[in-house]
Amino acid sequence: MTRDQALFQFLLRLGDSTLILSHRVSEWCGHAPVIEEDIALANTALDLIGQTQFWLELAGEVEGKGRSADDLAYLRDVWDFRNLLLVERPNGDFGKTLMRQFLFDAFQSLMLGKLLKSSDKRVADIAEKASKEVAYHVERSAGTVVGLGDGTPQSHTRMQAALDDLYPYVGEMFVSDAVDAVLIKVGIAPDPASLRADWDALVGRVMQDATLDIPKDAFTHKGGKTGTHTEHLGYILADMQFLQRAYPGAEW
Amino acid sequence: MYAQMVKTAGTGVKTPDEMSDQERAFQARIDAGEKIEPRDWMPDDYRATLIRQIGQHAHSEIVGQLPEGNWITRAPTLERKAILLAKVQDEAGHGLYLYSACETLGVSRDELIEMLHAGKMKYSSIFNYPTLNWADIGAVGWLVDGAAIMNQVQLQKTSYGPYARAMVRICKEESFHQRQGYSIMMKMAFGNAAQKAMAQDALNRLWFPSLMMFGPPDKDSVHSTQSMAWRIKINTNDELRQRFVDQTMPQMKYLGLTCPDANVKWNEDKGGYDYSDPDWDEFFAVLRGNGPCNKDRMAARVKAWEDGEWVRDGLMAHAHKNKIKNAAQVAAE
Repeated sequence: MTRDQALFQFLLRLGDSTLILSHRVSEWCGHAPVIEEDIALANTALDLIGQTQFWLELAGEVEGKGRSADDLAYLRDVWDFRNLLLVERPNGDFGKTLMRQFLFDAFQSLMLGKLLKSSDKRVADIAEKASKEVAYHVERSAGTVVGLGDGTPQSHTRMQAALDDLYPYVGEMFVSDAVDAVLIKVGIAPDPASLRADWDALVGRVMQDATLDIPKDAFTHKGGKTGTHTEHLGYILADMQFLQRAYPGAEW
Repeated sequence: MYAQMVKTAGTGVKTPDEMSDQERAFQARIDAGEKIEPRDWMPDDYRATLIRQIGQHAHSEIVGQLPEGNWITRAPTLERKAILLAKVQDEAGHGLYLYSACETLGVSRDELIEMLHAGKMKYSSIFNYPTLNWADIGAVGWLVDGAAIMNQVQLQKTSYGPYARAMVRICKEESFHQRQGYSIMMKMAFGNAAQKAMAQDALNRLWFPSLMMFGPPDKDSVHSTQSMAWRIKINTNDELRQRFVDQTMPQMKYLGLTCPDANVKWNEDKGGYDYSDPDWDEFFAVLRGNGPCNKDRMAARVKAWEDGEWVRDGLMAHAHKNKIKNAAQVAAE
């Protein structure tokens, strides 16, 4: 695998994860528990779309086949997507949506922190822009997880159920493979496995404040980063890609 | 116009002789163009009318998220998706300012929301129409936000200070919304045959409902006189509707779309367009709950509120625990 082939895959992992999570978060539009949360969810979805545009545009450039960010988002099928399985999980209730957000934000903030020092300046520049937004995302999602975990008995029970349900999708974030090996070697990206200890520490502190128990022996589902997804992704793409597929070549 | 058919409280305009000293002084301030502020004395009917109008306006912003939110996941490019998300986020923000403006009159946001859900307050009739194709998102920005701006520009001069100030901020954002709507319409109207057909279809369905946004004709508008005397309302329904048609027709011509009203025609003598009234029976049917989406819209809002109860309760309980913890800490120090 060449450096650019590996970088292309890595950029899809970043951009597809923000794209699919943005899609899920935007499904909340107009349905949140309180107006402030409607605004915050739309704002998060908007930030994630902005990051997607940067990552996928660079992915197209690195691939060198003339594909734009829109081409990559709208004209690939399920098996070409490289997002984490975690972000395609259905929203569930508001607590589950915010738990998924926090587990992802914690990872993304650590990943972007390392990418600030990437040997590829284009990657470092995007990480710089995104890390400011993600610092706010992780603060907000952590605060909400704590508020609901340590709220009423009902909110506590729901948040514990959300954590138990989503935890098997956490491990995939830290799996290293041949793509990572190439990028570690040239100093473009960190070994995902090396982020685990800091992630455990951050998530551990938040779950303690939230009075939630981290599951002990969670199984790790994986496959998203290499293109084997859950059944949910096909429906997300059917929704997202409808106009581009139904009216090929149109300008919007 | 996001507030329509607002019932003015009271028994109609009083003559100076019929007014109390306080009422006369209040009317003199309004006539002098002064702003009324939350701590100022105001007639009970002025307060009640404002609560209805601002509350209805706030509800419209919140319910209005639904028809546009309907297309966020299906927006055709990343840029269009980002713009639509930003726009819908603005609408929720407008709802927030307006509920806050309404709270200065002594009613809480929760009370207003409960009145909406109980069918005791309304939102604009326009949001009971569906968004069926992508061009609807363009037409909503162009026509619906265009009609809203027509009303809101004059409301920047309304007599109640907090409402007028909220309008100044909202108007700035709405003009961006209208431009993004028109930009979608241009892409569609100048696009391929299918896109042109979508643009025409959207216009056909949304033209008359947009005209309805200004409320019934002046001759049937029973509530206007007192509201205008109080400067809660500055222009009449027909004045604003005429202005909207005059502004919109040249834009429609530029797009090369056909107005669904065959009678629309430039009238040199009046310096404006002649146009047909919308079907007022349909308008009243929609207000009574029989529009294509009334039940779905209300069901979605009520579900969001009920499903969110545990979240609101949980966050409140946590805030309360923190308060006790902090107080104990201060006491220990």
